[in-house]
Amino acid sequence: MTSMSAITQTSDLTNKAALIPLATERPAYYRMSGIEETSNVSSEFQEERSEEEVEEEIGYEDPFRYVFYRDRKEWADLEPVPQDDGPNPVVKIAYSDKFTDVYDYFRALLKNDEKSDRALLLTAEAIELNAANYTVWHYRRVLLQALEKDLREEMRYITAIIEDQPKNYQVWHHRRMVVEWLNDPSEELEFIAEILSQDAKNYHAWQHRQWVIKEYKLWDSELEYVEQLLEEDVRNNSAWNQRHYIISHTTGYSDPAILNREVQYSLKQIKKAPHNESVWNYLKGILQDLGLSSHPGLLEQILELKETHCSPYLLGFLVDIYEDFLENTLEHHEEVLSKALELCELLAREKDTIRREYWSYVGRSLQTKYGSSDSSTTTSAPGSDSGSVHQETPCSS
Amino acid sequence: MTEPTLLRDQHYQYLKKGLRHLSDAYECLDASRPWLCYWILHSLELLEEPVPTAIASDVCKFLARCQSPTGGFAGGPCQAAHLAPTYAAVNALCIIGTQEAYNIIDREKLLSFLFSVKQPDGSFVMHIGGEVDVRSTYCAASVASLTNIMTPTLFQDTPTWIVSCQNWEGGLGGVPGLEAHGGYTFCGMAAMVILGKEHMLDLKSLLRWVASRQMRYEGGFQGRCNKLVDGCYSFWQAGLLPLLHRALFKGGDSTLSLQKWMFEQQALQEYILLCCQNPAGGLLDKPGKSRDFYHTCYCLSGLSVAQHFGNMDLHHELIVGREENRLVSLSISVIILHYDCNDKLWDKVVVAHNP
Repeated sequence: MTSMSAITQTSDLTNKAALIPLATERPAYYRMSGIEETSNVSSEFQEERSEEEVEEEIGYEDPFRYVFYRDRKEWADLEPVPQDDGPNPVVKIAYSDKFTDVYDYFRALLKNDEKSDRALLLTAEAIELNAANYTVWHYRRVLLQALEKDLREEMRYITAIIEDQPKNYQVWHHRRMVVEWLNDPSEELEFIAEILSQDAKNYHAWQHRQWVIKEYKLWDSELEYVEQLLEEDVRNNSAWNQRHYIISHTTGYSDPAILNREVQYSLKQIKKAPHNESVWNYLKGILQDLGLSSHPGLLEQILELKETHCSPYLLGFLVDIYEDFLENTLEHHEEVLSKALELCELLAREKDTIRREYWSYVGRSLQTKYGSSDSSTTTSAPGSDSGSVHQETPCSS
Repeated sequence: MTEPTLLRDQHYQYLKKGLRHLSDAYECLDASRPWLCYWILHSLELLEEPVPTAIASDVCKFLARCQSPTGGFAGGPCQAAHLAPTYAAVNALCIIGTQEAYNIIDREKLLSFLFSVKQPDGSFVMHIGGEVDVRSTYCAASVASLTNIMTPTLFQDTPTWIVSCQNWEGGLGGVPGLEAHGGYTFCGMAAMVILGKEHMLDLKSLLRWVASRQMRYEGGFQGRCNKLVDGCYSFWQAGLLPLLHRALFKGGDSTLSLQKWMFEQQALQEYILLCCQNPAGGLLDKPGKSRDFYHTCYCLSGLSVAQHFGNMDLHHELIVGREENRLVSLSISVIILHYDCNDKLWDKVVVAHNP
């Protein structure tokens, strides 16, 4: 749903008759479309006449003028099927003539279950008019198989379509099907990298990339690619996710050498860009299974960073470390709890106020879970009958 | 200083017109026409604008034409069934809520359509020969529960699959391994709530992730970490907080607020009212973007979430701007909807089903 692009509301657009087909490729479909061949008659033998008169007399036509399917001789055998929205339509789209014409013929093909080259060509036209029409894509796939079409050519076609419309579900799914049929992923990593070079966070591209890598075991060069992307933009959350993906599926994070490498890498990136939420989330993400408090020296390193590279993310991370301490150690409970509560209060009140309700909740939860039973504090939820919340935790500096 | 104002009349005119006619700019949504019905009807519902009986009936008849002979609904007449327009059509019919609307749905065929897109690993493809992602589980769970066609096996292994979409960030991706994303996270969480399995998720880390998605300057929500704000996430992201609140409460949490969701409600309302309204009607992603019915639906939905805390028993309102900005509370309308559907379909359920 969210890959929906904004739609411009334009007033009456005149019929956009197609001129030149997709500039990317001019394969067989070009010849079979309504574009007629040029005449060989030289212009110096023609007198001054209107365009139409000339055309009629010598059979010379603008080679790029679009011809509707309803006017094409080679389609005369097929009866178009108009869309039946009923007598009182709703959400009625003011389709252009071209759109109506192409889809009337698509419906006819579908009705007759026609499996032909001309049908395949028509699906390309239908796709160009609405690349999100999954029914047309499905039919195209049926045709490709039934007619045993050259799938290498189909790869070239889908490459062009994706370049033009990279935020569409159907085009990427189609590419995946063709790659599977060919059982050939050899172009994929380079192609996806090209798309990502235009939009480094394209969700469909990443999805396709993860699928290709997993399916065909192309793990080897990916960490290097991720590092390159992070060099270009250390805030690219998709790249951080990919980093996690690769490592989880290859070495894993249980090897202390790997884990330490990743922790050091993260700390290095934090120093370069302290207000980058992605790296803080990554650091937490890789340590949380083992426990944030279990990594030796980490708390000290973070407390050191707090002086020079502070951020709401660092403070939140400290809350997480303290919480993990409380969960896993019995010593210094009161002290750790009070530090955690102080941070929650600081975040709610001053450092991360947009999340005030959240940090207040975290504070209350910690207090309830780890607060001692003979403490004088009450931690009922705000707005409850037993009165307002007061926290009397000692304020340590 | 004028108070932020919801441009009710303008939005109403925009929606009313769109329900009948759309420009050729909408050719790209020719395979999503039930969505257009849903986005517009839901928006009207939030604005508490009634749908004239004649139009409601016309919508029913149109959606009937979108229903596939093999079950489920398609993006338009003569197209193939697909879970997204199926979700949209069923929900649109439930908003209309007349007997005519409920009668449109062929429940037996719908069930067979759902089985036809079910995968062995618990996931669902969006349509025959189509792609898998977590949206499909939400679409399937929503329509199955609304029409009361759930069977013991229909969602077998689905909760486990959804859980596998939760990642190191705490949110959910479209499929396992992918980056956490607001739209997919909503779909996964909502599906789990419908299936009664929300506790299989790591709710604490999900909560941390979604709370972190509210932008401290804009007040609206981003879809993913380090990306830009977008009005539609006012629903996909902020809408997670009521779901989490309820799930945590059910899990025995006594420290939850009794007055507010765990996001900054006022800031979100301000973002929507001040930055996401087109003066000629309709809502949008962010200033400079064009209006569309999708953003109208989800900006208004998010506004409602931000205005209303609670459920049937407990209700706190926080209306930014004039009182007239108040929208219908979603949680109440959903609860009534669900009950109503089941009630009206009850006769059919007893007759047609052997659970």
